[in-house]
Amino acid sequence: MIPAAFDYYRPKDVEGVLALLQEHGDDARVMAGGHSLIPMMKFRMAEVPHLIDLQDIAALRGITIDGDTITIGAMVSQHELINHDGLSAAAPILRETALQIADPQVRYMGTVGGNIANGDPGNDMPGLMQCLDAQIELLGPEGSRVVAARDYFEAAYMTDREDDEILISVSFAVPAGGYAYEKQKRKIGDYATAAAAVQITKVGGKVATASIAMTNLSDVPVWSLGAADALVGTACEAGALKAAVAAMLGDIDPTEDNRGPVAFKRHVAGIILTRAITRAWDRA
Amino acid sequence: MNDLTPEREERSANLKGLGCSRKRVEDARFTQGKGNYVDDLKMPGMLHGDFVRSPYAHARVVSVNKDAALALDGVVAVLTAEDLAPLNLHWMPTLAGDKQMVLADGKVLFQGQEVAFVVARDRYVAADAVELVEVEYEELPVLTDPFESLKSDVVLREDLAGQTTGPHGPRKHHNHIFTWEQGDETATNQVMDSADVVVEESMYYHRTHPCPLETCGCVASMDKVNGKLTLWGTFQAPHVVRTVASMLSGIEEHNIRVISPDIGGGFGNKVGVYPGYICSIVASIVTGQPVKWVEDRMENLMATAFARDYWMTGKIAATKEGKITGLHCQVTADHGGFDACADPTKFPAGFMNICTGSYDIPVAYLAVDGVYTNKAPGGVSYRCSFRVTEAVYFIERMIEVLAIELDMDSAELRRINFIRKEQFPYQSALGWEYDSGDYHTAWDKALKTVDYDGLRKEQAERVAAFKRGETRTLMGIGLSFFTEIVGAGPVKNCDILGMGMFDSCEIRIHPTGSAIARLGTISQGQGHATTFAQILASEIGIPADSITIEEGDTDTAPYGLGTYGSRSTPVAGAAAAMAGRKIRAKAQMIAAYLLEVHDDDVEFDVDRFVVKGVPERFKTMKDIAYAAYNQAIPGLEPGLEAVSYYDPPNMTYPFGAYVCVMDIDVDTGVPDIRRFYALDDCGTRINPMIIEGQVHGGLTEALAVALGQEIAYDKMGNVKNATLMDFFLPTAWEVPNFETDHTVTPSPHHPIGAKGVGESPHVGGVPCFSNAVQDAFRAFGLRHTNMPHDHWRIWQTANDLGLHE
Ligand SMILES: Cc1cc2nc3c(=O)[nH]c(=O)nc-3n(C[C@H](O)[C@H](O)[C@H](O)COP(=O)(O)OP(=O)(O)OC[C@H]3O[C@@H](n4cnc5c(N)ncnc54)[C@H](O)[C@@H]3O)c2cc1C
Repeated sequence: MIPAAFDYYRPKDVEGVLALLQEHGDDARVMAGGHSLIPMMKFRMAEVPHLIDLQDIAALRGITIDGDTITIGAMVSQHELINHDGLSAAAPILRETALQIADPQVRYMGTVGGNIANGDPGNDMPGLMQCLDAQIELLGPEGSRVVAARDYFEAAYMTDREDDEILISVSFAVPAGGYAYEKQKRKIGDYATAAAAVQITKVGGKVATASIAMTNLSDVPVWSLGAADALVGTACEAGALKAAVAAMLGDIDPTEDNRGPVAFKRHVAGIILTRAITRAWDRA
Repeated sequence: MNDLTPEREERSANLKGLGCSRKRVEDARFTQGKGNYVDDLKMPGMLHGDFVRSPYAHARVVSVNKDAALALDGVVAVLTAEDLAPLNLHWMPTLAGDKQMVLADGKVLFQGQEVAFVVARDRYVAADAVELVEVEYEELPVLTDPFESLKSDVVLREDLAGQTTGPHGPRKHHNHIFTWEQGDETATNQVMDSADVVVEESMYYHRTHPCPLETCGCVASMDKVNGKLTLWGTFQAPHVVRTVASMLSGIEEHNIRVISPDIGGGFGNKVGVYPGYICSIVASIVTGQPVKWVEDRMENLMATAFARDYWMTGKIAATKEGKITGLHCQVTADHGGFDACADPTKFPAGFMNICTGSYDIPVAYLAVDGVYTNKAPGGVSYRCSFRVTEAVYFIERMIEVLAIELDMDSAELRRINFIRKEQFPYQSALGWEYDSGDYHTAWDKALKTVDYDGLRKEQAERVAAFKRGETRTLMGIGLSFFTEIVGAGPVKNCDILGMGMFDSCEIRIHPTGSAIARLGTISQGQGHATTFAQILASEIGIPADSITIEEGDTDTAPYGLGTYGSRSTPVAGAAAAMAGRKIRAKAQMIAAYLLEVHDDDVEFDVDRFVVKGVPERFKTMKDIAYAAYNQAIPGLEPGLEAVSYYDPPNMTYPFGAYVCVMDIDVDTGVPDIRRFYALDDCGTRINPMIIEGQVHGGLTEALAVALGQEIAYDKMGNVKNATLMDFFLPTAWEVPNFETDHTVTPSPHHPIGAKGVGESPHVGGVPCFSNAVQDAFRAFGLRHTNMPHDHWRIWQTANDLGLHE
């Protein structure tokens, strides 16, 4: 597991990054925490002759909570998500999710931006961002643009981001109501067998709004409008849970791998979603 | 004289001898990152080797084009079978009497097989060059199932064409390796025919891998000036490696020095001889420079020795009351492309014939068929003595299956069939003589400690609640009682490549009363430097802290067969005790001379010799050591040294009683281990803290194997889980709290009564975890389901039983 040779760059600002991306085109790639990219380079599944490290770019760091809006810089690590008091109070689902990613060592390095930009269906942030209806800010040679997380993921490792664009930040409205991120995995450091992100608001004992997204059950994260709709107006009683699960099962498309066959994954997806909804409802 | 007065007790405690939980002397360097492993070695001019490996499981190698690789700056050589053939090193003998390609000779037989060896100035260039070697393959039909292999027209081993007899007897088919039979087939069949009850069950003990944290590797350095070859490597048996290297290379044995530095775990993976060693040696001889080869994690999981892969079918006969009357075991063993099992020569299926377990079974029969397939070679004893995990899993499952058939409690079934204390030494139906045991005492203690009856009551309540729809979890109570067979072994029937499986210890006492002892074994984390010093401290009365233990350098250590199969304490530990006794015998003469009395008038007392009945007249071992070097003692040579080569009269038979309590989420297949209790009887306990550590480690690997760790192949012979993302290596997060306990039944034939413990917990742990999972579903009609019990397979079991509404 020895990577091929590469040149290493460590620019100080985003302009420097954009210039390098322009100069080397397909041969260049940015690196955030490196905990998805470096393993791929070691397996020689990714060849990156020009590696651009984003560690020194202050503009990509920091968590801001501005009134109703939370903005998280691309280079914020999963460790920081867990330990940011303001964020944990305003959007506790981020902490709950991040705690279920890998292990502390990986979380010190792995970033929010890398986790989203990677486009790996196994990553936990993409589904969460869809659940929160996050907006992703990208910066390219033509300037910056914003894409909704729900429109961002196209296929495994394929996203709306162009090769010469960098992911700057994600932002979303401070979530209201109850939340849960529920994940089944084989062991620590494993990607999800199935995971569900749920946010629910309650008015007068009934679900007012709901948002549901599933992880690693398709080649992209799955935001299930049908599942959320099935809950709205109910008190999350058994029938409503069943309807939500049925709707979600219509949206996912898992494949068999070492975690198990499709029938198992579909069954577990239903159980995990049921548990996530139940916990979110209890907290709503 | 023998009562422990406070003063004697203090002197005894100062020695830190037998029974002391002395801290491991190795840990200071390991915990500070100051260990010295093979990959830490850096030498001037050192070159790096890397393999081109086959992506196919079965293919003809049409051509190998090295040109592009050789053109890369920094590449020194690219070796293929053609280059090794003139030296007759393109094939090598295996420990199992077969031969194995060092580099692909016309074809490949498993994915990851070594095809070419690139040698380059640095590790990065070597990896780049591997990509530049162009190999043309022609794919052949792939056989990954041993039963299909035995029926197939496809000949895997063309080199053996026409050979109807192999090193272990007749071959029934061109993909068949051997049949190994033990016991009395006719008598066993007769018992089966007339028994009250006979149950038959087939089980697959899946292929897995020892996966030590440090992978295999070596540095070979040929000094062309003095003609000496030095080989540093991750060797569990350095002396045997030296002998084999000499026989293969023609270099005289005194010109070869093999050194095992610190080893980061072995678990059987580092017993065998691998192509990387041969290629590194050849490359060093050719280039005259040191050559390092260290495999990466994927190579380790794909190509160096696997473990298990046994398809076992059992029949067990019993009376209505549950007294077992006979056992029949038929095994189809998948050995992969070459038979490279690491077993004593006369035991092609290891000690699988310990499969009558801890039970008094009057007749039994075992037949093992070894089969070639398109999978990696190996078949090592992963944290167990030779094939003992398979044997114990087999019998402990058969016991459960019989209990189900008889509608009996399986704890009681075990109890009524245990070999009784007074039956030892016990002759088993399959040919072993169990040295000592007290199974009933251990079993009763275990069941009492966990409140077994209370657990069964709770389980019954849980089943009832489940049936009422009040819970979706079930509770499993896993039991296992195991007997290990370790300490191989008596030279009369145990050898490896012709070397008898004795072991050795050489001691030198220095003039100021400290000492160095060297042994033929090699620690891979077991803590030999700590425990062997304790054995000696008690034998010779010198504090363990004043005794250096050295192993692993064939130029300095006495010849020994190495460390695996829990043989170090039973064999080398015995040699240490015996060498210590020789030291003591000479010390007695010196003491008598110094005290001006007859030899028989002094006696050993902890750390000194005293004049019998006059305790104030004594000479300490320190005084005696000094005298040995500075006084002319009539009739005695100067110095105080001894060496012992110990040929054990028998194996040792550690045993234990384990209980696991598990809750299983029926909907997700997730098991939650609530409690694990492990009672081990390893005879005399040298260092209780090290024993506890060994038990924790062995149980952790048992949990891994039972609950998910496997090397699986798809139909094309691709390895499906050759990275640690998929290959399950448990961390503190997955591992429960282990409760340890013990009884002490010393080995009657071992000088200090010790039996060995490093592997017991693995051997007993695997069936215990598996039985817990399976027991959870017993109330719903499950009889047997195969490991590994990962989430989806547990879920599948529940699903098959109709538990998902
Ligand atoms: C053992 C292990 C277990 C893991 N388990 C989990 C898990 O359970 N759940 C989970 O979600 N993740 C898991 N991960 C992945 C981990 O969270 C990664 O760190 C994360 O997926 C990628 O973040 P990174 O900062 O390391 O990105 P990198 O590896 O540096 O980059 C990943 C990709 O994103 C691109 N990229 C990164 N930043 C930007 C940017 N700002 N703009 C444009 N492109 C960018 C890179 O070019 C690259 O293609 C695991 C990783 C390991 C090693």
